[in-house]
Amino acid sequence: MDASVVIFILSAALIIASALMVVSTRNLIHAALWLIATLFGVAVLYAVLEAGFLAVVQVVVYIGAIAIMFIFAVMLTRKEMRDQGAQVNAAWPMAALLGLLTFGGLWIILSKWDGLAKLPAAIPGGADGTLQQLGIALTSPDAFVLPFEVASVLLLAALIGSVYVAMNKKGS
Amino acid sequence: MSFLSDPINWIFTGLMSTFQGWGLNPTFATVIADLLGVIVLITLLMVLDIMLVWVERKVVARFQGRLGPNRVGPFGLFQPFPDIIKLVIKEDITPNGADRFVYNLAPILSLGSVLFLWAMVPIASKIYGTDLNVALLYLVAAGALGTLSIIMAGWSSNNKYALLGAFRQVAAMISFEIPMVVALLIPTVLSGSLSMKVISDVQGSGRWFFFLSPLGAVLFLICAIAELGRSPFDLNEGESEIVSGYHIEYTGMKFGLFYAGELLHAFTFGGFLSILFFGGWQGPGADTYPLLGAFYFVVKAMIGYWLIMWVKYTVPRIRIDHMLAFNWKFLTPLSFAMLIVTAVMHSLFQELMKTNYWFYALVMLASNLLVGWVTLEIMRASTRRQRQTVEAPSDLLSKSWPQH
Amino acid sequence: MIPLSWYLVLSAALFCIGLFGVMVRRNAVAILLSVELMLNAVNINLVAFWRYGDTTSMAGQVFAIIVFAVAAAEVAVGLSLIYSIYRRRGSVIADELDLMKW
Repeated sequence: MDASVVIFILSAALIIASALMVVSTRNLIHAALWLIATLFGVAVLYAVLEAGFLAVVQVVVYIGAIAIMFIFAVMLTRKEMRDQGAQVNAAWPMAALLGLLTFGGLWIILSKWDGLAKLPAAIPGGADGTLQQLGIALTSPDAFVLPFEVASVLLLAALIGSVYVAMNKKGS
Repeated sequence: MSFLSDPINWIFTGLMSTFQGWGLNPTFATVIADLLGVIVLITLLMVLDIMLVWVERKVVARFQGRLGPNRVGPFGLFQPFPDIIKLVIKEDITPNGADRFVYNLAPILSLGSVLFLWAMVPIASKIYGTDLNVALLYLVAAGALGTLSIIMAGWSSNNKYALLGAFRQVAAMISFEIPMVVALLIPTVLSGSLSMKVISDVQGSGRWFFFLSPLGAVLFLICAIAELGRSPFDLNEGESEIVSGYHIEYTGMKFGLFYAGELLHAFTFGGFLSILFFGGWQGPGADTYPLLGAFYFVVKAMIGYWLIMWVKYTVPRIRIDHMLAFNWKFLTPLSFAMLIVTAVMHSLFQELMKTNYWFYALVMLASNLLVGWVTLEIMRASTRRQRQTVEAPSDLLSKSWPQH
Repeated sequence: MIPLSWYLVLSAALFCIGLFGVMVRRNAVAILLSVELMLNAVNINLVAFWRYGDTTSMAGQVFAIIVFAVAAAEVAVGLSLIYSIYRRRGSVIADELDLMKW
C-alpha cells in the first residue's frame, strides 16, 4: 500500500462526510464550516494529483475568499443568530432518490468505459515543469490567453455587478 | 559532509543510520526523522515565541519612556515564564451559548496558520523545511486560514463585540490581501520564481531586491501590518469601542494561543520582509556555514519585527473607512502601477542585468523613485483640492441674510 | 497507485450530494453552498483527467482555473442578489420568494 493511497482514502472520507454535513446540518454557519472541510479535502486531492498550484489556489480562492463570503452572507441574511424551522423542504425523499439515481446512472456509464483502471504515468519535468507549462499555457497566444483574459473580464463584471446589486439605493 | 557545511543532512544521515541499526524499515525511518525535524522546528519557534513576549514588552516600554519588565531575572529576561504560568492556571471559561467545538478550534487554527508558514521558510542555504515551488501563494493561503480562525473565534464566542471585531478584521484582511499579493509579485518578477528559496538564493553578494524596488518593500510592509492587525490598522481590537475584539471571551491558555500566534506572526512577517527584499540568510560566509546564515536570517527578521513594532507604537489607530479607502484608493492602484513598471523595466533591461548589474539596479531604482515621486505629486494635488473646498470662503453669510 | 476510477466515483458521489442539497435546501445561501460542492466535483474530474491523460497539454488545469474564476463570480453575484432580496422581502427561504408564481 502506497502513501498516496492512504492519503486518498482519508481525504475522500473527509470530503464525502463533510459534504453530507453541508447538505444536512441545520446550522448554516456549520454548513459553511463543513464546506471548508470539503474544500480542504479537495485541495489535498489536487496535491495527490501533483497539481500543487491548483491545491494552493483552491485554499486561497475557495477558503480565503468564497467560504468567508458565505459566512458573511449567512450572518447578514438572518434576523436571529440561531436557525429555526425546517432546513429541508418536504420533497427530500424524492430528492434523495433522484440523487441516488443520478449516482447510479453515472456508475453504470462509468463501469462501461474501459479507461477506468488506468494508472498515472510519471510527469516529464516534474512539478516545476508543470508549473512553468501552466504559466506558459495561460499567457501564450497559441494556448489559452483568450479564455484567461475573458475570465478576468468576467470577474471585473461580477465585481461591479455585485456592488451594484447589493448597493443600498436611497428611496427604495 | 560535515556538521558545519550541511547540518540538517548530517543530522539526518546520523539519525537514519541509528534507526536502521535498530532494524527499522527505511521508509518508516525517514518518516520518523522528518517528524522529528518538524517537532524540533516547532519547539524552537515556540521557545523563540516565549522570548518574543519579553522583546515586545521591553521595546514598547522603551518607546513609551518606561523601563519595562526588570524584576525577574537579568533585564527581566525570565518575565515571560510568570506570564505563562499565570495564563495556564487561570480558569478556563466557555461562555454560555458558545459553539463549543468551533470555539476551541479557533485558537489552535490561529497559531497553526502561523506555524504552517515555517514549512517553506529558507532559514539558511541548506536549512529549510521544503522548497515549495508555489511558496508565495502558500503564504497567502496560510493567511486565509488565519482569517478563517478569526471569524470562527468571533462567531463562536456568542458575543456582539467579538463578532464586530472579527468583521472588522476580516474586512481589513480580505481587502489588504490584494495589494499584498501584488507586492509579492514584485520579487517574483525580479527573481523569476515563486519559491522562497530561489528568491533568497538569487539575492547573493548584496543584490538585495530592496535596492531594486524600495517601494515594493514599503508596500509589503504596510500590507503585512494590516494583515497582522497591528496599529495603525488594529481596528479589530479598538479597546474604547469593542473592548478587545474577537478574542474578548477567551481566557487562560486559549487567549495565550492567540497572543503567541500574533507575536510569532509579526516575527514571521519580519522574516518574510527580510527574505523577499533583504536577502534572507545571505551575508558574508553564509554560503559555506549555513548556521551563520541562520544567524543572519534571525537578525534580519528581528529588524523587520522591530520595524513593525516601531510602526505599531508610534502611529495611532485610524478610522475604518479611512483604512478601507487607503487600501482601495491608494495602495491597490499604487501596487498595480508598481508591478507594471517593475515588469516592463525588468523585461527591457533583463539582458543588461547579466553584463552590467549595477547599471540595471540603478535603472530599476530610478524607475521606482519616479513612481514614488508621481504618487506623491498626485496625492499633493488631490489634498490641495480637498483643502481648497474645505477652506473656501463660505458665501453662506452673504446669501442667507436679507440685504438691508 | 490510485486508478482513475476512484477519482471518478468520488467526484460522482460529491456531485450527487451537491445535487441533493440544491434540491432539498430551503435557504438560498445553502443552495449556493451545494452548488459549490457540484463545482468542486467537476474540478476533481478535470484535474484527474489531466493527470491520467496527456500531462503535457495543460487544458485540464487551465479549465479548472477558469472554473475557479467562474465560481468566484457566481458566488459574488449570487450572494449580493440574495442579500438584496433579503433587504426587500426580509427572507431568504426559496419557497417564500414566489412573486413571479401564480
